[in-house]
Amino acid sequence: MKTDDLVNMLSTNVEVVDQRLVSRTIAGAIAVGAVVALGASLVMLGGRTDVWTAEALGFMIAKLAFAVAVAALAFFYLTRFARPAGSRRGSIALVALPFVGIVGLAAISLANAPAGHWQVMFMGNEWLECLLSIPIIAIVPFALVVWAVRQAAPTDLRRAGALAGLIAGGLSAAGYALHCTADSLPFVAIWYSGTIMLCTLAGAVLGPRLLRW
Amino acid sequence: MTAGLDGDAAAYRMLLERLSQHLRSYYRGRLSRVGRGDFEAEDLLQETLLAIHTRRHTYDRAEFFTPWMHAIARYKLIDYLRHTNSSYRDVPLEDAGELTSHADHDGVESSIDLRRLMARLPVKMQQAIKYVKLDGLSVAEAARRSGMTESAVKISIHRGLKALSAVIRPEHKT
Repeated sequence: MKTDDLVNMLSTNVEVVDQRLVSRTIAGAIAVGAVVALGASLVMLGGRTDVWTAEALGFMIAKLAFAVAVAALAFFYLTRFARPAGSRRGSIALVALPFVGIVGLAAISLANAPAGHWQVMFMGNEWLECLLSIPIIAIVPFALVVWAVRQAAPTDLRRAGALAGLIAGGLSAAGYALHCTADSLPFVAIWYSGTIMLCTLAGAVLGPRLLRW
Repeated sequence: MTAGLDGDAAAYRMLLERLSQHLRSYYRGRLSRVGRGDFEAEDLLQETLLAIHTRRHTYDRAEFFTPWMHAIARYKLIDYLRHTNSSYRDVPLEDAGELTSHADHDGVESSIDLRRLMARLPVKMQQAIKYVKLDGLSVAEAARRSGMTESAVKISIHRGLKALSAVIRPEHKT
């Protein structure tokens, strides 16, 4: 084929292009992913029953806020990294902000507690459940976000994949927070952050394979 | 580019023609360093043009056009080399100057056979692309001839071109 023929073909009857398609597709995938994650947690694990005490409610809101902040920041960056040359402006380091915040709060809460309680505060009763649940619940949201990014044109596949994993981890953690009764900030700082980072790592590893175009 | 995004076919054609020249010299230069010929450069050029076309919605008008286009060109080059078993993995960042030089236009044909590739698509997509993009009929006219709705024609073109750009890529050789 001659390149001129291709140019002719492509420039015949050119369609008007929707400018906000990239952000809208990713946002749509995240919305569906959030519903799936929350639903999966409520149906498979069950919501926590003690949510009407002030303390439990406060912790649940804190966990949700952390998870939503993680996903929201990652979404902001992914709308850039899903585009060619999208990584040119600014650093991606801001996605770490919620993690720094939760570790800081955990340190304060540890400092105010006797050292004998630390073991319980770190491990809770359900660290294993948390470790398994968050990555498993994250699978469907991850697939949805990856599908959305594939509609765009990422040129840094590793980072775009990592951001997709980060979003999926955040959504999944938000879902899991509806079930989780481990009300301690150090628990959240270790197990929530750890599992979300695991999802991010998985995204970075899978990105180059899944996002190629 | 922005005029092209708004549906100005003449401006869009001019853009693609100029991009072809820039990208041809860019790819020929890069590929000749690893002992690849002009035919391969032409394959890669056409793959890249199709990618630029089917992914033009990812261009953000608030940004500069050159880095966007260059990122695609470079991405496609690295992808091409990686999937055609080249040891030349580390493509250095080039300055924009290399992209703006002109190559002679001597009509090398690529090895890509559009009609053969089109035959792999579903019939609806083939028809839509043939009527609207090759024969130059309007979407309404194509819809009447093929018995599809107008939006179905548009969607078939869009999906068909995306599918073409997928089958045009070099296959995995690992």
